[in-house]
Amino acid sequence: MTVPRLELSSISKRFPGCLANDDVSLTLLPGEIHALLGENGAGKSTLVKIIYGVQQADSGTILWEGQPVVIKDPHAARRLGIGMVFQHFSLFDTLTVAENIALGLERPPPMRDLEQKIRAVSERYGLTLDPARHIHTLSVGERQRVEIVRCLLQDPRLLIMDEPTSVLTPQEVERLFATLRRLSDEGCTILYISHKLEEIRALCTRATVLRGGRVVGACDPRRESARSMAEMMIGATLTAPTRPAAETGGATLEVRHLSTTSDDPFATNLKDVSFEVRAGEILGIAGVAGNGQAELLAALSGEAILADDGAVRIRGQAAGHLDPRRRRALGLAFVPEERLGRGAVPELSLSENAILSGYVAEPLVRRGLVHFGRARSFAERIISGFNVVAHGHKAEARSLSGGNLQKFIIGREILQKPSLLVVGQPTWGVDAGAAAAIHQALIDLARGGAAVLVISQDLDELFVLSDRIAVLFHGRLSESRPTHHTTVEEIGLLMGGLFGAATGAEEVPHGTA
Amino acid sequence: MSIEVIGPVVAAMMTAATPLLFAALGELVVEKSGVLNLGVEGMMLGGAVVGFAVTVATGSSTLGFVAGAAAGAVLASLFGLLTLGLLANQVATGLALTLFGVGLSSLVGQGYVGHPIADVPELRIPYLTTLPIIGQPLFGQSLPVYLALAAVPAVHWFLFRTRAGLVLRAVGENHTAAHALGYKVIRIRFLAVLFGGAMSGLAGAYLALDYTPMWAEGMTAGRGWIALALVVFATWKPGRVLAGAWLFGGVTILQLHAQGVGFAVPSQLLSMLPYLATVLVLVLISRDVTRIRLNAPASLGKIFYPD
Repeated sequence: MTVPRLELSSISKRFPGCLANDDVSLTLLPGEIHALLGENGAGKSTLVKIIYGVQQADSGTILWEGQPVVIKDPHAARRLGIGMVFQHFSLFDTLTVAENIALGLERPPPMRDLEQKIRAVSERYGLTLDPARHIHTLSVGERQRVEIVRCLLQDPRLLIMDEPTSVLTPQEVERLFATLRRLSDEGCTILYISHKLEEIRALCTRATVLRGGRVVGACDPRRESARSMAEMMIGATLTAPTRPAAETGGATLEVRHLSTTSDDPFATNLKDVSFEVRAGEILGIAGVAGNGQAELLAALSGEAILADDGAVRIRGQAAGHLDPRRRRALGLAFVPEERLGRGAVPELSLSENAILSGYVAEPLVRRGLVHFGRARSFAERIISGFNVVAHGHKAEARSLSGGNLQKFIIGREILQKPSLLVVGQPTWGVDAGAAAAIHQALIDLARGGAAVLVISQDLDELFVLSDRIAVLFHGRLSESRPTHHTTVEEIGLLMGGLFGAATGAEEVPHGTA
Repeated sequence: MSIEVIGPVVAAMMTAATPLLFAALGELVVEKSGVLNLGVEGMMLGGAVVGFAVTVATGSSTLGFVAGAAAGAVLASLFGLLTLGLLANQVATGLALTLFGVGLSSLVGQGYVGHPIADVPELRIPYLTTLPIIGQPLFGQSLPVYLALAAVPAVHWFLFRTRAGLVLRAVGENHTAAHALGYKVIRIRFLAVLFGGAMSGLAGAYLALDYTPMWAEGMTAGRGWIALALVVFATWKPGRVLAGAWLFGGVTILQLHAQGVGFAVPSQLLSMLPYLATVLVLVLISRDVTRIRLNAPASLGKIFYPD
């Protein structure tokens, strides 16, 4: 019997108002790739933070290779041989790759030696990196490599990966998996957290499922289906969205030769982007974050006023010079990428948040005064219509879970009966149940005759929703193709920038500087 | 202007730049760690009055400088406690610290107004100090002037060549990530704030002990604010702080000399010159968004909530 690399027994952690981990036990064997499954709020993040020493358990014991240990901070974790790649990268934009890596090491060698070590490790695992580059000039995939190389330089015996593939193209995911399998062959244990169940089936040999802070099951992902694992996570039967055939009408949104320039060194300029969305259809725009999504969303919503009035037409009317309110008056509704701070004001109540965008289409304001009674009933209609779990219309937006707040924001826009809905990342960080509900709502809206534009990094989502898919890369938009005439692989190649090239995926060009 | 006055004028410009250098370099380190302390003016006044009082009591200007730095650090620790410990708003707390420093220093300094002291002796090196033009600026200054100059490469070396400096910049860039990697964000910021306070205290002590040398209420006359502006002007780079401090020192001396030779412009207008130059330079520098974005610490002024 081999000694487990890490053994957690009866770990509990309480936060004010919730029990994040309740009597959790977990055993990780040397060299295995172990998946940790669960919805948002199931306690996965808390558990890995306890393993990595960012947080302390209230009770329970940790055995590292048979010995009881206390991991009081990340330094202690790294000295044991535990490495972690964070979901939100712990990188510093204006520092170089080498500096970022030095910050994650316990006793970094002098810079010159470190740069050599970085080159050696990145060659060994096929993770090309230039130590002198600044982080803000790197693509998201390269940023993740920095995180991984940082871990590998300390010869980890346990590597924790929190949602590592949510920002990668399918080809980048393949490369990552090859690295992870190699590490596992060398005896490194990997604890893998992801929402993408197909990936877990392809990579992991064991899985532990968390729900509401407790361990509710374990399985061998290779013997399960994605659906059965999802149902284990949510503890209920999952209803997949249904999609009747589209009947499309005239173009509701027309974008013609849209180009932008920005002073912001971190922005991506749009280059001659043209497309249209017809009434009744859903157009999906895929692409890795940072390829112009934020700029395109701003250009469509009216946050950025365009130089060319005719570059954006809503229901035939030139809208490039219009501000967000006037565009909404033309029938536009808009759901931004960031829920908190953009889609909703965290400190305001739900009914106040309902007013913020709802007042254009709903009679919530009269002669400059807010009609709070109507705002309240509007908010309550959203809450009941979209099954938002919240303490009534007075609940602060930030008190809602990500999935519930997203349902509220999407509900707020859909109830205004828009003829055009633009959505960025509709289900980013949203659990499976809420994601299915949001997908169904978007499909129903389109089938009711509205034009819907979805900009997302999640290809599975786009393939469920869209009638046509196009790809944004370095500010350029590819031709759109009907969803049933394309494949994940083909879209993946486009996401890597291979417009027009069908085969021969080599190292992807990148860099925005 | 005849050739003989160039030496004294450049020397005077360097002394006028010295308090700005001390205060701005201190604030630069504070801001690089992600904290905005607007209390520079107050901490300078605190350092000035305490440094002056200690020098009067002991007769030693060295002890006066040490005490001035300590007084600045004590005031800064108050700011650190409020903003880092109790998560108070940094802008409001910094402004309050300035008002507090103005009031407290005039209370403490009441008995010292008009009290004479000997100024800090200037360097005298045979032959070198009397060299034409470069003699006085290079070899005829008092020790604090050289100290302030030496602080420029020292701060640069610390920030960009040492690991502690790298950690400090990382904390200022992204405190959440730094915390996730296990760095003590609050402790690092507190130390930076203390350093900034001590440097402001030194700047004040220099004004009261050497530049003027005397104590008067509100004698810093807005130099704390100029130092704050200098940090932005320098886009958080120590070498450019030096250039900026000399520029403002130069403008200050220029207006003094212009008044001296009876320039036919009201002296009040000339006294405005350094402040007008500050506003003008800030406007010009803000036009280059790219430079600001790439050099400004991204977490500047943001409150860190430890979890």
